[in-house]
Amino acid sequence: MSLERFINQAISSWMSAEGPDSDIVLSSRIRLARNIKQYKFPTLFSNEEAEAVIEKIKARVEHSSFSKLGEMELLLMDDLQPLQKRVLMEKHLISPHLAENSTHGACLLSENEEVSIMINEEDHIRIQCLFPGFQLSEALNMANEIDDWLEEEADYAFDEDIGFLTSCPTNVGTGLRASVMMHLPGLVLTQQMNRIIPAINQLGLVVRGIYGEGSEALGNIFQVSNQITLGKSEEDIAEDLKSVVSQLISQERSAREALAKTSNIQLEDRVFRSYGVLSNSRIIESKEAAQCLSDVRLGIDMKYIKNISKNILNELMILTQPGFLQQYAGGQLRPHERDIRRASLIRERLKMEDQELGG
Amino acid sequence: MICQECNQRPATLHFTKVVNGEKAEFHLCEKCAQEKGEMFMLGSGSGFSINNLLAGLLNIQPAFQGAGQDPFQKEKVLQCEQCSLTFQQFIKVGRFGCASCYETFKDQLNPILRRLHSGNSSHSGKIPARIGGTIHLRRNIDDLKNHLKEMIAKEEFERAAELRDEIRKLERQLNADQKGGE
Repeated sequence: MSLERFINQAISSWMSAEGPDSDIVLSSRIRLARNIKQYKFPTLFSNEEAEAVIEKIKARVEHSSFSKLGEMELLLMDDLQPLQKRVLMEKHLISPHLAENSTHGACLLSENEEVSIMINEEDHIRIQCLFPGFQLSEALNMANEIDDWLEEEADYAFDEDIGFLTSCPTNVGTGLRASVMMHLPGLVLTQQMNRIIPAINQLGLVVRGIYGEGSEALGNIFQVSNQITLGKSEEDIAEDLKSVVSQLISQERSAREALAKTSNIQLEDRVFRSYGVLSNSRIIESKEAAQCLSDVRLGIDMKYIKNISKNILNELMILTQPGFLQQYAGGQLRPHERDIRRASLIRERLKMEDQELGG
Repeated sequence: MICQECNQRPATLHFTKVVNGEKAEFHLCEKCAQEKGEMFMLGSGSGFSINNLLAGLLNIQPAFQGAGQDPFQKEKVLQCEQCSLTFQQFIKVGRFGCASCYETFKDQLNPILRRLHSGNSSHSGKIPARIGGTIHLRRNIDDLKNHLKEMIAKEEFERAAELRDEIRKLERQLNADQKGGE
């Protein structure tokens, strides 16, 4: 398969589409956890109950489809190859738990991959909406509509006092987790993240690197999400997160401005060195690739590099992960072979940019 | 730096894990990291650690509760009738077995929920449209009653009278709904 076709198939809309503030916010995600009253939760349910849950959702989809989403595809985890599951995981469409540990796990995927409904994960139903850029309210509205649509035929486990009942008490109440994925190289370079993370934690929000641990997030990509699900309304949870994210955006912008003012040439040097590494290396580890991709993306945002499309960071962060590399190679790869593949995939992808501009 | 697992290949994955304030550093090569489970790299570790933290929180529980009780009295095993999960099992896995568990373990649960959700123990978000039934109506009435008290305190009796009528109307509707549902 040609790289171009592979990428076209691999890319979900959240990776390629432009969204508000998408120079800093890569994606916004809403997840709602729901359970059906008459069945035991997935930790304890029987095979029959697991199948019944899937049947119920299936019937709902067949009965009346949700017009906004178009065709939905039902993927049964039992039918998928380990590599296929891994790819879905790397695209953030399913969770590692669903891929590896679920009994009769399934996933209902919308055509544009903005909506994925996980079935029999930790809870019977997990509605997930993943939108490009900073669109938390939009994602929440969509999730709410899907929730209402599913509720028309499923009796949810709900308690008047404590809200939606979930398998784990950390999700009870709204069952809502709202999260935003951000690229914050300016704040990392000016060494402000170590100060910012504890401050955000105090507000009941969590910040973590999505491809790494703590402040040493790989590729300077951080995920900010709510911790508390009980006692606040869905809208309030989203608003609180939005206000913190807005502040982070403006801090990141001023950090970039400051960098441009104080160390313009050093920054430009860093950007082009990374560009050099990406376009020439023959072996590259995921950590180095992530760092270089972050530098190049920053270079694009700050207009040092003008002829590369913006979504290259989002795309290559996903495509250079082990599952995708192996899928592209068409089979298992050892770590060392992956590093070689990764390097060649990145080189090819960068070449495609040149061609597009030339042609 | 050499990988701490195999002591052969160079360590390429470095991470620090903080559990209950104890810091542990790991230096692994990619191969060993893979064998040790890729959770670390994929950032799925949070569910895992939340679970551990939760088990920690739950374990503190008996110390608080046990204070006033007779230590020699044999404790009755608290068990959910629906799914037969015991409270001890819940502490171990940090997950409930079914919707009825919330009712069964209600007394134990409340302080835990407060701790998990910074002091909150009651839901104020979305109510499912269909099975929510009369909850919407009752919440509405409660809101109006609070509003009514405020108005009386402010001595805005005209507005208060309007509210009173509105509450009566809704209460009649509630009664009708409840009868209809039976």
